[in-house]
Amino acid sequence: MSNAANFPLLSLILFTPLAGAVVLLFISKQSENLIRWIANVTVGLGFLVSLPLWFWYDSQDPGWQFVERHAWIPSIGAEYFLAVDGFSTLLILLTTLMGVIAVLSSWTAITMRVKEYYVFLLALQSGMIGAFVALDFLLFFLFWEVMLVPMYFLIGIWGSDNRLYSAIKFFLFTLVGSVVMLLGILAVYFYYQSVTGIYTFDITQFHELNIPYNLQWWIFLAFFFGFAVKVPMFPFHTWLPDAHTDAPTAGSVILAAVLLKMGTYGFIRFSLPILPEATQAFVPFVAALSIIGIIYGALVAMAQRDWKRLVAYSSVSHMGLVMLGMFALTPVGITGSIVQQLNHGISTGALFLIVGIVYERRHTRLISEYGGLSKTMPAFAAVFAIMMMSSIGLPTLNGFIGEVLILQGVFVVNKMWAFVAASGIVLGAAYMLWLYQRTMFGTVTNPKNENLPDLNLREFATFVPLVLLAVWIGLYPKPFLDRLSTSVDRVIARVNSDYTPRFVVALEPPDATERGTTLFGNTPTHGGAP
Amino acid sequence: MPAGFSATDFYYILPELVLTAGALLVLVVDLLFPRRDGAVFFTALVTLAVTGGFLLSFLGVDVTVSNGLLAIDGFAIFFKSIFLLSAAVTVLMSASYLKVEETRPGEYYFLVLCATLGMMFMASGIDLITLFIGLETMAIAFYVLAGFLKPNRRSNEAAVKYFLLGAFSLGILLYGMSLLYGLTGTTTLNGIAAALVGAERNLVLALALVLVAAGMGFKIAAVPFHMWAPDVYEGAPTPVTAFLSVGSKAAAFAMLARILFVGLPGLVDDWQLIFALLAVVTMTVGNIAAITQSNLKRMLAYSSIAHAGYVLIGLVAGTERGLAAMMVYLWVYLFMQFGAFAIVTMLRRHDVVGDELKDISGLYFRSPLAAFAMLVFMLSLGGIPPTAGFMGKVWVFSAAIEAEWVWLAVIGVVNSAISIFYYIRVVVFMWFKEETIGSPVRVSPSMAVVLAVAVIGTVVFGVYPQILFNHAQIAAETVGAAVSTAALR
Repeated sequence: MSNAANFPLLSLILFTPLAGAVVLLFISKQSENLIRWIANVTVGLGFLVSLPLWFWYDSQDPGWQFVERHAWIPSIGAEYFLAVDGFSTLLILLTTLMGVIAVLSSWTAITMRVKEYYVFLLALQSGMIGAFVALDFLLFFLFWEVMLVPMYFLIGIWGSDNRLYSAIKFFLFTLVGSVVMLLGILAVYFYYQSVTGIYTFDITQFHELNIPYNLQWWIFLAFFFGFAVKVPMFPFHTWLPDAHTDAPTAGSVILAAVLLKMGTYGFIRFSLPILPEATQAFVPFVAALSIIGIIYGALVAMAQRDWKRLVAYSSVSHMGLVMLGMFALTPVGITGSIVQQLNHGISTGALFLIVGIVYERRHTRLISEYGGLSKTMPAFAAVFAIMMMSSIGLPTLNGFIGEVLILQGVFVVNKMWAFVAASGIVLGAAYMLWLYQRTMFGTVTNPKNENLPDLNLREFATFVPLVLLAVWIGLYPKPFLDRLSTSVDRVIARVNSDYTPRFVVALEPPDATERGTTLFGNTPTHGGAP
Repeated sequence: MPAGFSATDFYYILPELVLTAGALLVLVVDLLFPRRDGAVFFTALVTLAVTGGFLLSFLGVDVTVSNGLLAIDGFAIFFKSIFLLSAAVTVLMSASYLKVEETRPGEYYFLVLCATLGMMFMASGIDLITLFIGLETMAIAFYVLAGFLKPNRRSNEAAVKYFLLGAFSLGILLYGMSLLYGLTGTTTLNGIAAALVGAERNLVLALALVLVAAGMGFKIAAVPFHMWAPDVYEGAPTPVTAFLSVGSKAAAFAMLARILFVGLPGLVDDWQLIFALLAVVTMTVGNIAAITQSNLKRMLAYSSIAHAGYVLIGLVAGTERGLAAMMVYLWVYLFMQFGAFAIVTMLRRHDVVGDELKDISGLYFRSPLAAFAMLVFMLSLGGIPPTAGFMGKVWVFSAAIEAEWVWLAVIGVVNSAISIFYYIRVVVFMWFKEETIGSPVRVSPSMAVVLAVAVIGTVVFGVYPQILFNHAQIAAETVGAAVSTAALR
């Protein structure tokens, strides 16, 4: 379909935000409204040009799509190699959408150094998209690191109280993780060269490589540092509460919705298929850390007095669940993990927007300062309720689909893990509901809250797409699951070949040994309604 | 050694001859136009440009001339282009700086050109004597340059310190060289290599290697021979500091690589070990010491020590890729280091010394473009893409991994993460602190050229480094072949 057209769609998606940033550089910093308009139009365009990924992506085609390939540094075999599969398609769409929301939400929140703010935000957008579209390992690493700098400035300049500390902590944690990862990348690169005699950073080639177990083990460890910091997994999560809390709203939204997905994307795209045996060996280790993350994140969230910090710790818990589902290494588990990544982006992104909105009005994030907001801000309370339920995983909303798939995938592997994960979800419900109760219900005890204005049109607009998506995924996730099937099959075929790829099985009658794959079958039983 | 040179010998050292003539011309021009600082400035620049033109005409040449004293090959030309470019940037940086310091240029540009001349022989020499004379020519010019600000006590201290320690280290180096000569009966590197084939490893040979390593260690400011560097870097005129940390370091690396790869390929296992240990302590000490500095020039001095450690990793790899990595790194280092020092030079104003970290605070609010440039340099020095520093590090670490020096690469990577800490602190001062000190920072036209060259170099080689990689690989082949054959033996 689309691939027939040699149109560089991915490059267009990749460079649209950057082009906007360059345009902004030439605008006088006094004309702040013009700057805001240009930034909004840019991310709007960025979202529009990414839409063909949804409509033109062929979910039957198991290959890489929208391929672009040019020489970059021939002397070391690095290429400008972009392509997507269903997984990255969804993450790119999430990125471009959250970009629109983040930029729109900053209109009144940012009044200082407006021009640089949008330049950094747009540059960050390009960096994130680049990491999702690059299929050359060096190019991927380049974008991966490029993201750090704008995020660092976003936290450091426009953040709150402890911004410098948080910004540097974020920077150093991620950087240390990723330089170790770089060594892993080079190890794969040289191993490939020693086997084939060719220098290349082509990830699709690495996906077919059989690295000896000992080497795999070390490379997995190196990758693990890079990705686990970003996810973040316990005990590498300590940068996250600080960075989230001190970042400006848009920064937190992007951080939660997209940047954390870099880590999980990295695991699924690189660790699992390139290092299958090591992945299996590390399953107990990663599962243990994930479970600790789920429980620990939830318990710490419950103890928070700071609204934003609570949401930040809930991220630790949710991302633990994402990791657990992934390392079940079953098709359902990985699919659930990916769906839950999208869900986390949507719901946690929205929750940070929600904190941002009250923070902009009251300049405090202490939960005890609020109470009874549903009286003064009914629309706000309604949106918050929906997003809270999405985060908890209530049926008919998106979180439910992801959690059910993950639990199902985990259950067939280890019932105990599924049990602990499920109790983590219960804890999640507890702290979210308690938060809602403390801030929204009751009478208005604090006189400062009596005259808070409700959502204005712009603020409301930032939530509309998120609510719609939450309901869509909750009611009819089939289009999303369909897009993921070939990506998940590719990973599973490498990492857990007990499972026969679905598109092969579909030709034969269903087989009882096919554990855990029945949810998908080829019959339209999606929707996860047990 | 047979006496007499032929015309071809002179043809191949045309760039050096032009440079010598230009240096002398600078003295004459200074004499003829004593009140016109611009005249010597332009003479020096034009000399460097013409020299560069002649140099480029030798691209692709690979010959040995002057009875086996000099090699005109890709390796030499690559390094000479580093020297000429650094000298040109130094000259550009110096004009406004000397004015602020109220010092007449006079012999200043002459000395810069002399130092460059010495470096060029260090890159070409394939005979211990030639190499040593090149080194000495460079060193003496730098002793004077370091103390060029006569009324400034720190500058005087720098000159004396550099001279005393430099002379001492040259003595050690010379002692090592004389032992090598005693063992092999020749001073040519090829001759030494041939004489050492199958030779017994004895204590004297080991001593010679250690002494040469120590002597060269002084010049590249490797720990534990680095003690002079922070004081000299801090005291010397800032453009000279930049030249010292880029040009002189690159020249010493060229000479060291030539001695090790061509002269001592048989001892590859031994010198790899020595320099691996040096690389580890150099990186680590350099980075950790840099963290504690509050003086910008001193911080950059320690960072420059750390960078010498990264370059040493390429040397330790002992492969063609390692050599290429070393050359790539030194080339990109030129842009980022000169850029950083150009900013420090700009901070020097009539009322502010401008080399403390706090002097750079709020730079963004006074001169956003300069702050942006400095951001690029700091990121590049820290090895963050899409800057040239990242590509340099990728080369160095990949060379180490390929040569199975994985632990060295790991230490290098950890160090480059540590280094981010102090580079990012500079950014914090520039972008996050609004208070400013002293009169406004002005970017003179020649400084604008320097900054533009440095930023463009840092970014272009970070995004599209193919041309550089290609040249470095070709250049490394001309020297690296010897050690590969030695390794096979």
